[in-house]
Amino acid sequence: MDWHIIIAASVKIVVFVFLVTLPLVAMSVWAERRVSAAIQDRVGPNRVGPAGLLQAVADGIKFLLKEDFTPDHVRKGYFWLAPALVMVPALMTSAVLPFGSSLFGEKMVIADLDVGPLFVFAVASLSVYGIVLAGWASNSKYPFLGGVRSTSQMISYEISLGLSVVPLIMIYGELNLSSIVQYQAENGWALLPLWGEGLSVKGFLLTIPVLISFIVFMTSMFAETNRLPFDLPECETELVAGYHTEYSSMKFALFFLGEYAAMIIGSGLAVTLFLGGWSLPFGWLTPESADAAVPWWHGLIHIGTFFAKVIALILFFIVIRWTLPRFRYDQLMRLGWVFFFEIALFNVVLTALLMWWLA
Amino acid sequence: MAIVVKRPKLKWWEQLYIPGIISGMRVTLGHFFKIVSGRKKVTMQYPEEKWDESLPEHYRGAPALVKDEQDRERCVACQLCEFICPPRAITIKPEEIPSDDKWAKVEKRPKAFDIDMIRCIYCGLCEEVCPEQAIYLRKDYAITGTSRAEMVHDKKKLYEIGGVRVGLVNKWNELK
Repeated sequence: MDWHIIIAASVKIVVFVFLVTLPLVAMSVWAERRVSAAIQDRVGPNRVGPAGLLQAVADGIKFLLKEDFTPDHVRKGYFWLAPALVMVPALMTSAVLPFGSSLFGEKMVIADLDVGPLFVFAVASLSVYGIVLAGWASNSKYPFLGGVRSTSQMISYEISLGLSVVPLIMIYGELNLSSIVQYQAENGWALLPLWGEGLSVKGFLLTIPVLISFIVFMTSMFAETNRLPFDLPECETELVAGYHTEYSSMKFALFFLGEYAAMIIGSGLAVTLFLGGWSLPFGWLTPESADAAVPWWHGLIHIGTFFAKVIALILFFIVIRWTLPRFRYDQLMRLGWVFFFEIALFNVVLTALLMWWLA
Repeated sequence: MAIVVKRPKLKWWEQLYIPGIISGMRVTLGHFFKIVSGRKKVTMQYPEEKWDESLPEHYRGAPALVKDEQDRERCVACQLCEFICPPRAITIKPEEIPSDDKWAKVEKRPKAFDIDMIRCIYCGLCEEVCPEQAIYLRKDYAITGTSRAEMVHDKKKLYEIGGVRVGLVNKWNELK
């Protein structure tokens, strides 16, 4: 075994997952509260640290110091397993996201898999088990009903989520996320084909299915992460807090943070697939090829670009949450099965026809 | 009578839902940028910014005892406020004024005058009932303490809040 690879991978895991993504999770909770406050003409948490930036730390300390209470009537093993099963898959999917081109000759992706999107869907759907287990192991009616709701919602939207990515994979002809980003850096982002090969009739026509895909993908992402227009699993009046009613302290925090982690990884995937990942617009500072060495400051700029895009998308998630009223449960199911499933399927055919016609 | 709610017939682009999202986001982002840029201000940052100067004249804050312009304590320990106080927050221990005192003709004064601010409901009945106009509700509202004992205002504290009040009650003046 090559020690160099192991050390580089561990450094990337520690830095990207634990020093960047987890703080980003905490900061997005803070951003959520500040942005929602501003939207509702309030101020939001602004006391802890400059502009309330350390609020996340205070929240973390609070969660750690609270009593970790396990009710008597729960099935303990599963009850304790469930929060981890929500948080861990969300973080595991970050393994295949290319968060930069390369730095000091090292590719800025933890695992450069050739089946990137498939890996993401395979692992991300594991978090359904966390919710099922939480709902069932709590052994009381509200968590159970909330868990059932959440499960059916996540399973329904996973289909359109997966199908909405198929047209893009057809266009790129590639499943390696790093190569997908490299292709977009050279030939225009999927949603902004204004340079390289993208600047052609074919490129422009292909943005139609890509845009449809983007809308379906984003909406399904909202449903997958249980965020507001589709936050049916949590419902004060009907289900109390849904599947995490019986949880307290850090176990609850894991559900809470898992939701945000899934949102961040979802944004990362959307950025990678639709918005050119770490690449700058108009092919600026594009490396020669996916494996070419780039100067270290290019590498840093690429990493910065990726996170800027992800943060912008997180803010979009937040603004949507505080803009839209929630759906009714039958509307949600109808939207998932009757509209998005068909639209995504039709979109695959449309892309195939366009590519065949323009080939 | 049942009312049939007429559902609006949506145009096809309205059914797409996306124009609705955009116009909704225009509203929320409008609020967001107005607040963030500081063009609109709704909330007051309480401990730093206070509303004290715009408190109305009739504001009912902490009750306090007052002295008159000759530095005489106005309270004559009649205990009417103690009796009328609905939550029984006031406790008075009267004492006789010694005959060699300048104000011996007043005869009575409070030895101890305690108001339990945990009990006080700021109703203002003490102020209303006082025949000597000795107790007033001031504009102090942030009454805090870390123990029950700290929340009991004694005579010294009450005069500290109350200060001097001039006018109206003249019957104890030298001239009369």
